[in-house]
Amino acid sequence: MKARFLIPFILFVVLVIFFFVGLRLDPHEIPSPLINKPAPAFKLPQLHDPNKLFSVDDMRGKVWVFNVWASWCVSCREEHPLWVAFARTNSLPIVGLNYKDQRPAALDWLQQLGNPYILSVMDTEGRVGIDYGVYGVPETYVIDKQGVIRMKHIGPITPQVLQEKILPKVQELSR
Amino acid sequence: MKRLLFALCWLALSSTSLAKEAAPLAEDPVLEARLMQISKELRCLVCQNETLADSHADLAKDLRREVRDKIRQGLTDAQIKKYLTQRYGDFVLYRPRVTAKTWLLWFGPFLLLFGVALGVGVVIKQRSRTVDDIPLTAAETARIKALIPKESESA
Repeated sequence: MKARFLIPFILFVVLVIFFFVGLRLDPHEIPSPLINKPAPAFKLPQLHDPNKLFSVDDMRGKVWVFNVWASWCVSCREEHPLWVAFARTNSLPIVGLNYKDQRPAALDWLQQLGNPYILSVMDTEGRVGIDYGVYGVPETYVIDKQGVIRMKHIGPITPQVLQEKILPKVQELSR
Repeated sequence: MKRLLFALCWLALSSTSLAKEAAPLAEDPVLEARLMQISKELRCLVCQNETLADSHADLAKDLRREVRDKIRQGLTDAQIKKYLTQRYGDFVLYRPRVTAKTWLLWFGPFLLLFGVALGVGVVIKQRSRTVDDIPLTAAETARIKALIPKESESA
């Protein structure tokens, strides 16, 4: 008889657990199926020198960061100073994917805010973006020496994300 | 009356704007119809509660363009969906596939319905039994007899 009064209480606890987990998930963060898969191949012209092409294979043997950005993207402006500061103190190569942007606007943007990238490539049509499952610029990928995507961060990075998520992964992969 | 007129105007306006949106239909109606059919089953990743067919987000436009290209290349619906799930994950599918992970999602509601029905059945059975099974005390029987004397006399 006493156990019957416990039923609503148990149901309540279960509900609280569901809410506790569910409400803390970010519905905008969709797990990427590309983690631990080879980075999709592409050949794109470089932003500063469109005659030169860049492909993923050029980075073979290096751990690198692939950062999707655009001059029209407001959150990119938010995370950009972090990358600039990071590039000053760190030797980790950062490649930019200039996503659906206009070349003059993109060049202006880098001139104004600083250029943390070893190079940026132009994805004017957004096709490479689709291959990488980009849906909310900025997005950041960590790619290992074999050209395999090991981590993805959606949205602007924060100092915390950089220190606690990206750097440990890079160090682990650089070993 | 004014309100009705306003509503009618609004309706007329909205239908013309719809007609404008459907412009690409003219190019290749068969392809566009298939695109619509496929993209109704796909989720726009930017505005997550809209289908790819309804969304005005830039990414949705690009993805529709990709799907259109894939249709032209002669890919089947399943191949097109695979192309998108390889990039964006199962989340793009409005109708999730039945896998070990989604089993609870598909059949959970039925399980819940069955469980509740079972519970309600048990409670009903229990209650009806308790009402019938509690025997009357001698004093209660006497009181009933006093209240309905005719019936007790004839019995």
